[in-house]
Amino acid sequence: MNRPLGMLAELTYACPLHCPYCSNPLNLADYREELSTADWRRVLTEARALGVLQLHLSGGEPLQRRDLVEIVACAHHLGLYTNLITSAVGLSPSRARQLKDAGLDHVQISFQADDQALADGIAGARAHQRKLAAARLVRELGWPLTLNVVLHRHNLDRLDRVLDLAERLEADRIELANTQYYGWALRNRGALLPTREQLDRAEEIVRAARRRLKGRMEIVYVLPDYYGPYPKPCMGGWGRQQLTVAPNGDVLPCPAAHVLGLPRASVRERSLAWIWQDSPAFQRFRGTGWMPEPCRSCPRREIDFGGCRCQAFQLTGDAARTDPVCHLSPDHWRVAQVLRAVNREAEPVTLASLVPRTRAGGRPPARSADLSEPAGSHPPGR
Amino acid sequence: MRLDWDPVRQRHVLLGPEGVLLLNRTGAAIVDLCDGRQTTAEIVERLRGTYDHVDVDQVRGFLTRLIARGWLEVGDE
Repeated sequence: MNRPLGMLAELTYACPLHCPYCSNPLNLADYREELSTADWRRVLTEARALGVLQLHLSGGEPLQRRDLVEIVACAHHLGLYTNLITSAVGLSPSRARQLKDAGLDHVQISFQADDQALADGIAGARAHQRKLAAARLVRELGWPLTLNVVLHRHNLDRLDRVLDLAERLEADRIELANTQYYGWALRNRGALLPTREQLDRAEEIVRAARRRLKGRMEIVYVLPDYYGPYPKPCMGGWGRQQLTVAPNGDVLPCPAAHVLGLPRASVRERSLAWIWQDSPAFQRFRGTGWMPEPCRSCPRREIDFGGCRCQAFQLTGDAARTDPVCHLSPDHWRVAQVLRAVNREAEPVTLASLVPRTRAGGRPPARSADLSEPAGSHPPGR
Repeated sequence: MRLDWDPVRQRHVLLGPEGVLLLNRTGAAIVDLCDGRQTTAEIVERLRGTYDHVDVDQVRGFLTRLIARGWLEVGDE
């Protein structure tokens, strides 16, 4: 069995932003009982002993945790490479200095768009100006800077200007990730999915920018898997390289896996080593033994590992089926149907049709199109 | 980017925002010599002080792969 390389520590689901593509669970209120500082110290110590080398501190907004500096210091002391994934809201100069002194290795700041009005509209908060200030602060303190921008129908056409912004901020890297449809994003899928035409233009812009910025800025571009021929190798394989610890101590093979209803594995009750090696949740889809056809006999079975279990569950109701985004999946028609609808729509979809992430669970979708999923798929919390 | 010794796996690792690279002994020795000042030729020369057979093309190929993946940068000097 492999040892895990990376751990995603979701410190809290509290967040000042309300992005409609948030990958956090819809039932945010169920996660208020957060792990204590002492709990996290123990979890990090166990993680290092298990082989984890890279720690991603995320949420929600990790800066909302008052003990973030202590958690970073502990991780650094253990020899973990620490990466803060943040909206940057709350990254004051003094807090940034403390994090730097505690040994934080890398900062990744999310941007919603290049334009303030659009960015703040998507985030549902006045955050854009603060992000700009925080990005400059990160550079001043000598950290490497990564920007990450979640792409969707409402900002994809501005990709060239997003890249200009990254260049102005002297980012070392930019991650341009098309929305993945889990949590709030699945709920808003009909209004977030870009058209094929938008994607073709975006790819051209990325190609040109890569040529122009070679050696200066690295551009990571993640295609939306709905449009790809094969599924993504989700988490590099189930229980193979990565694990996630949710704010309440639940341990999951991937951050979306709470939807699967697998037997609960919590650091409040068990050691991280037991959970990784022996828990039913981590064993369930490890390796290739669980695979159905067409995965079982597919030459790509150890390239994409059957794709994403959560996506299979969300689109077919059965987590053990081939990821329907794969063109070989017998359920692929479900994805094709969604794409046909998106590419056929005549009227423009506006920002107002998106359901913002809220603690209460969000108001009902404004558009009935959001409910037009194929039979058998029930997004969580509906 | 950080070169580190992992006591759990008993091997050198390169740590960065991209992820983790598990290195073998010679890989670690090469990365250790990358200080932004030495040329590939100088790195090869230094390696020859420690190892019997050093293949220039292999070292160059290894460094090229690391640069292409953003793990190393070519220094200014």
